[in-house]
Amino acid sequence: MKALTVHRGVVAPLDRANVDTDAIIPKQFLKSIRRSGFGPNLFDAWRYLDRGEPGMDHARRPINPDFSLNQPRYRGASILVARRNFGCGSSREHAPWALEDYGFRVLLAPSFADIFFNNCFKNGILPIVLAESEVDAIFHAVAAFPGFEMLVDLPQQTVGFIDGSRSMSFDIDPFRKHCLIHGQDEIGLTLQHADTIRDFEQRRLAARPWLAAKGGTPHRGGA
Amino acid sequence: MTATARTLYDKLWDEHLVRTEADGTALLYIDRHLVHEVTSPQAFEGLRLARRRLWRADSIVATADHNTPTTGWERGLDGIEDPISREQVVTLDQNIAAFRVPVYFPFLDQRQGIVHVIGPEQGATLPGMTVVCGDSHTSTHGAFACLAFGIGTSEVEHVMATQCLVARKMRNMRVDVEGVPGRGVTAKDLALAIIGRIGTAGGTGHAIEFAGSAVRGLSMEGRMTLCNMAIEAGARSGMVAVDEVTLQYLRNRPMAPAGEDWERALGYWRSLVSDPDARFDAQVSLDAATIAPQVTWGTSPEMVVSVDDRVPDPEREKDPVRREGMERALGYMGLEPNTPIQAIRIDKVFIGSCTNSRIEDLRAAAAVLKGRRKAPGVSLAMVVPGSGLVKQQAEAEGLDRIFVAAGFEWREPGCSMCLAMNADRLEEGERCASTSNRNFEGRQGTGGRTHLVSPAMAAAAGVMGHFADVRRMNRL
Repeated sequence: MKALTVHRGVVAPLDRANVDTDAIIPKQFLKSIRRSGFGPNLFDAWRYLDRGEPGMDHARRPINPDFSLNQPRYRGASILVARRNFGCGSSREHAPWALEDYGFRVLLAPSFADIFFNNCFKNGILPIVLAESEVDAIFHAVAAFPGFEMLVDLPQQTVGFIDGSRSMSFDIDPFRKHCLIHGQDEIGLTLQHADTIRDFEQRRLAARPWLAAKGGTPHRGGA
Repeated sequence: MTATARTLYDKLWDEHLVRTEADGTALLYIDRHLVHEVTSPQAFEGLRLARRRLWRADSIVATADHNTPTTGWERGLDGIEDPISREQVVTLDQNIAAFRVPVYFPFLDQRQGIVHVIGPEQGATLPGMTVVCGDSHTSTHGAFACLAFGIGTSEVEHVMATQCLVARKMRNMRVDVEGVPGRGVTAKDLALAIIGRIGTAGGTGHAIEFAGSAVRGLSMEGRMTLCNMAIEAGARSGMVAVDEVTLQYLRNRPMAPAGEDWERALGYWRSLVSDPDARFDAQVSLDAATIAPQVTWGTSPEMVVSVDDRVPDPEREKDPVRREGMERALGYMGLEPNTPIQAIRIDKVFIGSCTNSRIEDLRAAAAVLKGRRKAPGVSLAMVVPGSGLVKQQAEAEGLDRIFVAAGFEWREPGCSMCLAMNADRLEEGERCASTSNRNFEGRQGTGGRTHLVSPAMAAAAGVMGHFADVRRMNRL
């Protein structure tokens, strides 16, 4: 996982509430068995005018000029600002994979859906919850200043305008913060407690013996 | 800890707590891991790359459901026309074999089906378990007093490698539905009415316990429908306390305990209820008697009204973000404000999904359809049972013949047009009465327009060619 400490980047607006993960990455792209390459299909149904299918040459597809990410002023954006309940719906991690692959590292919104929020941290993306009024102010600034950038300081837990005119603090779970700053593999950390897990498991399966699996079924042979 | 009154969620949480860090981050033990073909390939690949093994292979129950076709099973794997879909199904086969997962219901197996239907059906979902799956509708299993929630692929890999998840405790919310629902008002209508009331973010950060006499009056199928849509209310987990209905359902299921184990389990399971004076951080109450059959009109499940209502008018909405959302939704849905719901004509009917594809759902739809025909303006009406065993049961009851006689297609089990990863989908602009769980833009096919309803309401719309009040169709 990519580490994230201090990040400066262009802010792109997505002025909608309840942006769901079906919109972030439509289902036809979930058929991939890989983790990468989802960026060109981020917001596919909104970004392009034709119907997207896996394997298309995206450079040749007609883009929707009205969609914010297609406007030249937001080219290279790495910070996305959106309205409440961003990332609702499906648990598909392809959503943060697509955002990350496109180049987004920081998301700003008044609220995020739980599963999506969680998935972001596993992929080097920092979702930041701000007050509605703060998000409003960012939307205004983005509209007013082409190329508007912001600075995110994860150790200090602040996000602010580059000119220093506004700085907002945000909350983050200390464990997630630690993992993100160090780009740490969570599985490795958990396995440091392997003995504790094993002890717990033995006691649990002894106390609740019915939890040990039964009724195993054969594999489909050779298909 | 035990001296204080605890909610059902508190009890489930405490039961699985391996360790807690000073900052409140916890390591939670996972009993049951459900695996399907879409969210698992990258997790298995991650294990391979890190040279890790499955911590406990027998905690996994796996099936292929999202990509599987609902026709042409006689052609075997070749029946999956899309090569990328086929690759995903075959990849699951290979991973299950390579990692020696003992419980697998592959494509074409008689017991295959939607993972959230077959888990309970096989008795793989038991009270008091933590149940996870790389799928947000894992909340379904909370109907059995489980702590069940959807996870992303990184967490799928984490559970595979460690049998644990890093988690923080959620807040407790109770949704009470008291009273007796009217005729023709189902668990789906309760779920939609709850979402309409609290919104799609109303349960964010919470585990919801559904309680009250109307919930206790539901069958397990109904409770699964209700918990299934907890995620549409923003809650990763929904749950219902154990009672005799729960135990009755579980008895003699293939993977449920038997004999002495069953007796031991009963004692523990019966404790899986919230203590009478347990404290909830949030509480909502609804009166079941006031809930009518529900129909969504927009592109979020919270955009829902009663069947005898009208499409709302954004002009009357004061919140600008919400008004904008309404206008956008009406544009996408091709609807005018103030249109009576029953004047909305449909093109297709989809009865199925992890929300509404169980035997009770199919019975409800068949009761409306018996002796009737699909309206001429409806180009396709399809019924997709939740599993091979549901299909078998429905056929034994003769439901398939009712569907076919009514002009509905009787398909093979799978997720199908709920998310349209297989060949079943809406075309641009088509309008569907659907028993699924999400009416998001493009969910059932690019440009498709989804209205969420109960199975009986979907059947009624199929017969009339437009939404209709099933209570007036004299078949309940």
